[in-house]
Amino acid sequence: MKTIIIDDEPLARSIVREYLKKYPELEIAQECNDGFEGVKAIQQDQPDLVFLDIQMPKINGFEMLELLDQRPAVIFTTAFDEYAIKAFEAHAVDYLLKPFNQERFDRAIQKWKEHAVGYEKNTSELLETVSHSPAQSQRVVVKTGSKIKIIPSQDIYFLEAADDYVKVHTHEGNFLKNKTMNHFEKTLDPQQFVRSHRSYIVNVQQITRIDPYEKDNHIAILKSGGRVPVSRNGYARLRTVLGL
Amino acid sequence: MFGIGWAIALAEFILILKWLKMPWQVAIIDSSISVVSLLAFSLLIMNTLRFYTPKRERYINILTWCLFLMGIWLALNHWLLMLAAGHFDGYHQFLKSSMPVRGSFGLLILGCVSLISVVWFNSQEQKQAEQRKTDAEKLSKEAELFKLRQQLQPHFLFNSLNSINALISIKPDEARKMVQQLSDFLRGTMRREENQFIRFSEELEYLKLYLEIEKVRFGYRLKTEMDISEEATSWKIPSLLVQPLMENAIKFGLYGTTGEVTIMLRARVIDKHLVVAVMNPFDADMQMPEGTGFGLNSVKRRLYLLFARTDLVEINKEKNCFVVVIRVPAQEDLADTLIPTGTKVQSI
Repeated sequence: MKTIIIDDEPLARSIVREYLKKYPELEIAQECNDGFEGVKAIQQDQPDLVFLDIQMPKINGFEMLELLDQRPAVIFTTAFDEYAIKAFEAHAVDYLLKPFNQERFDRAIQKWKEHAVGYEKNTSELLETVSHSPAQSQRVVVKTGSKIKIIPSQDIYFLEAADDYVKVHTHEGNFLKNKTMNHFEKTLDPQQFVRSHRSYIVNVQQITRIDPYEKDNHIAILKSGGRVPVSRNGYARLRTVLGL
Repeated sequence: MFGIGWAIALAEFILILKWLKMPWQVAIIDSSISVVSLLAFSLLIMNTLRFYTPKRERYINILTWCLFLMGIWLALNHWLLMLAAGHFDGYHQFLKSSMPVRGSFGLLILGCVSLISVVWFNSQEQKQAEQRKTDAEKLSKEAELFKLRQQLQPHFLFNSLNSINALISIKPDEARKMVQQLSDFLRGTMRREENQFIRFSEELEYLKLYLEIEKVRFGYRLKTEMDISEEATSWKIPSLLVQPLMENAIKFGLYGTTGEVTIMLRARVIDKHLVVAVMNPFDADMQMPEGTGFGLNSVKRRLYLLFARTDLVEINKEKNCFVVVIRVPAQEDLADTLIPTGTKVQSI
């Protein structure tokens, strides 16, 4: 079985490595410094278990997991993060509080061996919860090919539903994110992002004007020249936010 | 309200006198003099009670005072009225027989005025006291929180302990060294008073301790450069002023980019100010990570409380470099008046 350790502090990785000596069946495939390396390593090696730090350079552990299409079983390691700890407990995901000893580590491994199935579902629920944290609702992390892009929410023009994905429109082009429209409607700042249509969420700061369009409908013209459909309900919501 | 009340009293007085068959002229003169002099006495009572609020058991004193003032008012009124209207026929007789009624009228008005004043000023005072209490509570809470944050940097502390835990088995000597450094650092944070002034060189020693711990944690990723002029080292600054800037730069630098990070600190004395610049690299497409900015705000606030100036902290973003510049005036320029109660300024 394969495992990967992801932590930006070398000594924090070394302690996990040391405790893992007791488990020769678990082979350390790679050690990673940050989430970027982490995504690559996980896709490459398809590990059975990942030790993942939360606070890391540029993208945190949660954002890294969101970029994966197939999530491995994860044991989180963190020093101090009240918000995350609450989320772990709510979703029965195991975590190790630094510093931890071999005994506590053994228990986590034991738990993983017993519950190896079902981890995926708990992790997804966990990610949904933490994406509502103030820090994460200010940006969207996407993957384009092998590159990872962090989009600050103010740079988003609008979001468009595209089958099982959401297309994020920015001045640098479109990016796909495997989330639902409802997810974005809930997490992005409601004073800035309005569900103008069943399939569209628009950044109100990008709107230059709203024109009537066919019967009962409108269309929002953006500074970028983009055009976003506005349904009857969406028009009402836009009016409330814009104070018209 | 006050004015209207007195106008009504005056009008009533006139009408009563008229009803008692006094000529208009006499009624008006009599009423005006009586009511205006009574008004003067009422104002006197109100003014006294504004500055002196009696205790509950002393309320009887107020009644005595009202009686006493009523007597004086009656005598004064009698004298004034005789002077102004004594020449009218039968007025003297009327005045004499109406004295008891006038007396009770005066006592009633003066009593009411004092009662209302006592109640009103008491409630005012209570409101002010409450306001003061909440203000004081807020201030002390703020100071407390600030101190707590300075002492407890949970992330830093637990991660350092985790590093020590790892070192124990692989490099026991280094583990021991780091325990020492961490202890010295924590002791330094706890011992220092918030607004104590220390030499910049002392703050630098403390800073170096902090940086060494962080370098053990982050390994090769963290590099620092210091450029400090001779003159700057002896400048007096409030303790723990620069450390939050460094902490901020490290957090921002290390969590805002991947790869190696060099933090630079430069200090000079320019125009009777110690100018300290802390620089860290950052990626232009990144937002400030969570938690940064708080350190900067607390530094800004402290400098404001100490020197009553808001122009001492400057933040610059250039390309891939984030620079915070603070200017510390000479200790003599402290603004004593601006320091809220509870924060002491000490110099050693």
